[in-house]
Amino acid sequence: MAYKNFILVCGGTGCESSRADDIYKELIASAEALGVKDDVQIVKTGCFGFCEKGPIVKVLPSESFYVEVKPEDAREIIAEQVVKGREVARLLYKDDRQKDRIKVEDIQFYQKQFRIVLRNCGVINPENIDEYIARDGYAALEKVLSSMKPDDVIEQLKISGLRGRGGAGFPTWRKWMFSKGVQADQKYVVCNADEGDPGAYMDRSTIEGDPHSVIEAMTICGYTVGSTKGFVYIRAEYPLAIERLKIALKQAREYGLLGDNILGTGFSFDIEIRLGAGAFVCGEETALLQSLEGNRGMPIPRPPFPAVKGLWGKPTIINNVETWANIPVIITKGAEWFAKIGTETSKGTKVFALTGKVNNSGLVEVPMGTTLREIIFDIGGGIKGGKKFKGAQTGGPSGGIITAEFLDTPIDYESLTSLGSMMGSGGLIVMDEDDCMVDVSRFYMEFCVDESCGKCSPCRIGTNQMHALLVKITKGQGTLDDLDKLEKIGLAMKKAALCGLGQTAPNPTLASIKRFRDEYVEHIVDRKCRAGKCKDLVVYSIDKSKCIGCGLCARKCPVNCITGDKTQKFTIDASKCIKCGECFKACKFSAVVKK
Amino acid sequence: MAKMTLEQLRKLREEKKGDMQKRDVEGKSIQIIVGMGTCGIAAGAKQSFDEIVKAIDENKLSGDVIIRQTGCMGLCHVEPTVEVVMPGMPATIYGRVDAATARDIVVKHVVGKTLVENHIYDRPAVDIVKK
Repeated sequence: MAYKNFILVCGGTGCESSRADDIYKELIASAEALGVKDDVQIVKTGCFGFCEKGPIVKVLPSESFYVEVKPEDAREIIAEQVVKGREVARLLYKDDRQKDRIKVEDIQFYQKQFRIVLRNCGVINPENIDEYIARDGYAALEKVLSSMKPDDVIEQLKISGLRGRGGAGFPTWRKWMFSKGVQADQKYVVCNADEGDPGAYMDRSTIEGDPHSVIEAMTICGYTVGSTKGFVYIRAEYPLAIERLKIALKQAREYGLLGDNILGTGFSFDIEIRLGAGAFVCGEETALLQSLEGNRGMPIPRPPFPAVKGLWGKPTIINNVETWANIPVIITKGAEWFAKIGTETSKGTKVFALTGKVNNSGLVEVPMGTTLREIIFDIGGGIKGGKKFKGAQTGGPSGGIITAEFLDTPIDYESLTSLGSMMGSGGLIVMDEDDCMVDVSRFYMEFCVDESCGKCSPCRIGTNQMHALLVKITKGQGTLDDLDKLEKIGLAMKKAALCGLGQTAPNPTLASIKRFRDEYVEHIVDRKCRAGKCKDLVVYSIDKSKCIGCGLCARKCPVNCITGDKTQKFTIDASKCIKCGECFKACKFSAVVKK
Repeated sequence: MAKMTLEQLRKLREEKKGDMQKRDVEGKSIQIIVGMGTCGIAAGAKQSFDEIVKAIDENKLSGDVIIRQTGCMGLCHVEPTVEVVMPGMPATIYGRVDAATARDIVVKHVVGKTLVENHIYDRPAVDIVKK
């Protein structure tokens, strides 16, 4: 016996609540009633995203994607699809948000994701070069070496509109052109794999899943700018990525895709791995190059830019992992194909590491111009536990928070900057009503205090001062004057700091003061933290009218500050309480009150 | 393999492409692909991998099944992930595959040709290379 059709009923929590279970039962009953129960298997699945359009039902092998299905629709699905082999048109998903956007024919109608950078991740075995080659791997290198001049490659990059994915979004072709135009006895090609934003891991996943795409792109760059030597600067905390990169380099050399006389064309290029010790500042290109040379990782003023004068004073192209992984596809599929994807100013896709209070966290790649709402609610399946969306932090400690009113803004380099955030490397942390904005700012500033290299005073002193003011506010000791001070110091840092780290370190704080000023004022004036995150502002007590005297809270309390009995009920000694919140979590009768 | 020329690379690609399209590696028609990025391994992919190998052996399927590893598919919230590709069944991605589910996949999906409940997820995007 073999089934001809499979009906997948979404069993995620969102769909469960909208009667997915009834649909499941109805489908089974209908299949039985119509005598086709041996032709179709009906199964419950994990969450498909799109929860606000739930319940979702998907039929295989026809890939029919039905939304907002009701139990009454079950019989029709079975009668039409299983018995007659026709789709139920009225239930099919129709995209109402993407209508006006440039359409790429390759995008499947209901999928919001489009994978260029991650094309091979989760598909090929990263330790087997043959699988990469079978999926058009090294076809771009082959095309470049056999039929393109260096200027042709730069022209293709220019048409494609590719911009650096590591942060600021500088046009890649221009960087390459600068380097190509400089006469030098040696030039270098560097891959920045020093991914350090809290919550970002797209570069790690790309190298772990598809190391050859970076190797191929760097080799193409070597040919284009006239370099024979490349380095991958990767942090030592990524052992699996390093291991797979080593294997990939070895295999590429064995195949003659790296080393002397590549593919018999006379062009030579090789790549070495350099391990970083995990300093955030080394993601800044001049600091990275210093570290690569064996010096302490500290930035140096630009210009001259590395493309003209970089590693050991030689012209150096430095691009981030995600930027590199785009390049082979641009060459094989053509720059025009690539330029059709995205917005006017930002072409292609962007990979986001979607984390925080979202149901389906993960690595998502979407065309530029996708809205935050599509990423968080359609792909991400909405906010955990049905809580309210408060904001999303993009760009990690260099970015800012985007609030609910901007959920429908198409995301690209320009729109994020105008919202006071930035693309950064692509960390996307979702926050809900339980997150305290002052505390989040304090967290990012603490990170910057630790990671500031200390070379320039605006960053070294500025991060410390801002951090101290934020701590003061979270302790309930702040004054309204402190808000002005934060803004003043922040603006000075933006103007005066030497490198990107210091210039962007105030961003999270400045953006959150702008968007959530009332919350800061509440901390200062009312000595209150509405999210209950700032421990010094929270007081736990027990509502005696609700307490049944079970004593669970007292047993959970790690400092034994809760006493009482069945008749007297329980009380918390506030002077001993460490505000860990264990009693609050333990109480089944909502008798523990957090204020 | 020795160093290749442009021509040899083209030939190798065509040859390997054929293998991938037949979805037939080393003469085996069933592929079980385990996501082994850092995220997958941290969530227990190695244990699931071992259980699959054990279950395949016990069901005397090692002549038909090849077990492969791959990188992260992006479904971090449901790691470890396992994809099954075999004739007569739609290519299926399973998430939250612990050892018990891994065994279920071999017994129910590969042997019994039925889908395993509650663990199916959607491939996040179309494959731009295959198109």
